[in-house]
Amino acid sequence: MERTLSVRHKLSASQRLKWLIRGGGIEKRRALWAYAFLSLSLLGLLVFWVLPIIAAFGLGFLKWTLLSSPEWAGLSNFQRLLDDKYFWNALKNTFYYVAGVMPGIIISLFLAVLLNQKLRFTTLYRTLYYLPTITMWTAIALVWKWLYSPQYGLVNWTLGLIGIKGPAWLSDPNWAMPAQIFTSWWKGAGYNMLILLAGLQGIPRIYYEAAAIDGANWWQQFRHVTLPLLTPTIYFVVVMTFIGSFGVFAQIYIMTEGGPGQATTTIIYYLYNTAFKYFDIGYADVLAIAFFIVVFTFTIIQTQLQKRWVHYT
Amino acid sequence: MPTKARGPNQRVSQAMGRIISHIILLGGAITMVVPFVWMLSSSLKTNLEVFRIPPTFIPDVAQWQNYIEIFKVVPYGRWFLNSLFITVVQTVLYMFIASLAGFTFARLRFPGRDVIFTLYLATLMVPGEVTLIPKFILMRKLELIDTLTAVILPGIFNAYGVFLLRQFFMTLPESLEEAAILDGASYFRIYWNIILPLAGPALATLAIFSFRGAWNDFTWPLIVINSEHLKPLSVGLASFHGLYETNWPYLMAASTVALIPIIIVFVAAQKYFVRGIALTGLKEG
Repeated sequence: MERTLSVRHKLSASQRLKWLIRGGGIEKRRALWAYAFLSLSLLGLLVFWVLPIIAAFGLGFLKWTLLSSPEWAGLSNFQRLLDDKYFWNALKNTFYYVAGVMPGIIISLFLAVLLNQKLRFTTLYRTLYYLPTITMWTAIALVWKWLYSPQYGLVNWTLGLIGIKGPAWLSDPNWAMPAQIFTSWWKGAGYNMLILLAGLQGIPRIYYEAAAIDGANWWQQFRHVTLPLLTPTIYFVVVMTFIGSFGVFAQIYIMTEGGPGQATTTIIYYLYNTAFKYFDIGYADVLAIAFFIVVFTFTIIQTQLQKRWVHYT
Repeated sequence: MPTKARGPNQRVSQAMGRIISHIILLGGAITMVVPFVWMLSSSLKTNLEVFRIPPTFIPDVAQWQNYIEIFKVVPYGRWFLNSLFITVVQTVLYMFIASLAGFTFARLRFPGRDVIFTLYLATLMVPGEVTLIPKFILMRKLELIDTLTAVILPGIFNAYGVFLLRQFFMTLPESLEEAAILDGASYFRIYWNIILPLAGPALATLAIFSFRGAWNDFTWPLIVINSEHLKPLSVGLASFHGLYETNWPYLMAASTVALIPIIIVFVAAQKYFVRGIALTGLKEG
């Protein structure tokens, strides 16, 4: 160290810069390498992620249709949001959809518990349940549209076998959203099931043995051992499912296009139309902000509520 | 739930439990599989047979030519290649950039590291839907609208991969690179020759997630691509649906082909899919 320092005094300014870059002690050299390695990634992050996030909170104050140049609009877009019955309807529909999708977690939990036994074919079951989750929404939405076909679809034909005359599903304002929800259950069950299964497998066997010695039956073991110890995983699944389903778009776009009427117009579908069909950028961005606020608020509420029901060991 | 069988009664009830479990699981499995079978079956029917009641799963005569027709009536081959190109390029670049950044955060100390890493994490807190519009505007400013570059770019800088790989790299022992540093190896060599080869499973997991995400992505390419010949499959399928709304054999054939690559990857690398799930699932717990 002392030797390098004494050398340093004899160097000219440009040489010292070179020394800083090439030599300059391991700390400095490492830092320079670190910045070099990070440069591309950080630039990309700033341009394609950070900048858009900042811009998302600013574009809402503009009146801008892409054809004209942007003008300052103050709070008028926000004012418009409050009076926009289509927005409130879209918000209501989105809540309806999310509230419908959430109970699907119970199905996933049920399946995970069944698969967490010593059973044959569990790997096969797991694979089959997981299959829908890896597939493309566009293709899946097309199949389900066909399955829901009122006259020729497999769903109504199957219902007919047990004497039920099925509704027109996607073209019935009352049934379109339940149909969307059911498709989401089908598509998402395997994903949540696998996460919950991983959680179940993390519960030490010794708890069950202790419970069995105390004479706890199956239900008591589930209720007082499995469920409390699984709450961190359940909480994670609840939050992820909520955030994911709040942004529902592709299946709506393909299967119902927001209809019939406005029955399945969700926030992101409404945002898409506003921004990319009508090019009303300013107002569409206010929809994005509203979307963010709702998701953010609910995530905060859930993190507060979790203190009451999630047990960390 | 492991309870020890103590008598014949319990053994009988355990066997019953197992049978009931199988019945329920089988019912669920059939529900999961039938739509895929129906997709395949419809894709092999004529446009008349597909509307026949009662429906049949086995077509009278398998119409394999449906699978040829879809390449003729729409630029299906082109869409497929676009998807393949987007998926491969995005995954390769993402893996490189994310692993190098993850390595840097995990193994190198430098001023500002924690602040910069917090910035990465912060971008993960905002749902992607919020930035669709600004990203679209950005692409317009960069004159990249209606190019495959616009589809690929944002995804390769997703902070999730950086986060995931950093977590993994931090679990590797420090002694690994100490010897290399003494031997005068550069940091890039340490990253490339020592750390990366040890990260096989973590990289495979991320690669599969990236592949799946890029192949299936719909909303972003829908927004930035206008030309028919530049659409990826997901978006192409949607416009196919617009053109041939009731031609279910064509639509089902097109959907079936769209699922094939991801199913091949899934079958070949199933354990990494499961591992990825466990990784994300355990992140919080």
